[in-house]
Amino acid sequence: MALAVTPFGIAFGVAGAKAGLALWQTSGFSVLVFSGSAQLAAVDIVGRGGAVPSAIAAGLLLNLRSLGFGVAMAPSLSGPWWKRAAWSQLMIDEATAVGSAQSEQRWRRYGFVFAGVVLFLAWNLSTLLGATAFAGAGDLVHRWGIDAAIPAAFLALLWPRLASVDQRVTAVVGGAVALALVPIAPPGVPVIAAGLGVAAGWRARRREGAA
Amino acid sequence: MRATAVLVGLALGTYALKSAAPLMLGGRELPRPLARLALLLPAALLSALAVIATFTDRRSIVLDARAAGMAAAVVALWLRASFVVVVIVAVLATAAVRL
Repeated sequence: MALAVTPFGIAFGVAGAKAGLALWQTSGFSVLVFSGSAQLAAVDIVGRGGAVPSAIAAGLLLNLRSLGFGVAMAPSLSGPWWKRAAWSQLMIDEATAVGSAQSEQRWRRYGFVFAGVVLFLAWNLSTLLGATAFAGAGDLVHRWGIDAAIPAAFLALLWPRLASVDQRVTAVVGGAVALALVPIAPPGVPVIAAGLGVAAGWRARRREGAA
Repeated sequence: MRATAVLVGLALGTYALKSAAPLMLGGRELPRPLARLALLLPAALLSALAVIATFTDRRSIVLDARAAGMAAAVVALWLRASFVVVVIVAVLATAAVRL
């Protein structure tokens, strides 16, 4: 699993360098934000010349899901407040998935923390690698197709969600709205506007439920 | 400067979202509409990000080798490949088209 985030982390490091970020800024995102998709979305918007609030909003909307992960994991994360505060930084897709797969509360916590720490290390090392070793190799990145790692990672994160009708409708409408807006709206706005897809998906399940 | 502002804003906001339940909610559940929003919103945004990263170059819509990479990724996902395999397949397919 740590291996799995490595190409994504390298791609983020390269994206950070390409967007004109200093090394400490690119790594700062991986340490302090520690949420792959949100980091990439925000840095991409910065690189395209988007406004600061659009970049932050796009990242945060994407990270609304970590609020849900927190709700799922909170019963297993018992302990003093400072421990819960530290564990919270590890609240990402993969750590939650590993934690939730265990049945006993104690093992849920161990699984979550272990996966979270391993991924934190792998993510930050691969970010560093991307921002340094691969950063100047813009031409190589293009020729080797490494730029395709980013949409592929987004697609792979999206894929399991497409199993339910409402999420499928949401994804299709959101993607279409975003693509249509790219030529006419400022960078960052298309991603945020994709949130309108939720309105379509919300109704999809109601119809499904009624049938 | 802009990047630092985004970094600080996104880090603080993300941490607030990550820690809200463990620090404050305890074992309680989210109100249902909010839970539904937290479930659906990522589907819309991940889709938008995938589409934009595949089919756009700055502010124009383009069809290039990345689309072939995504098609290969879809096949890999269909065959239940793992995350890392999907990413590598997309990279290789894109590189192959650019040869």
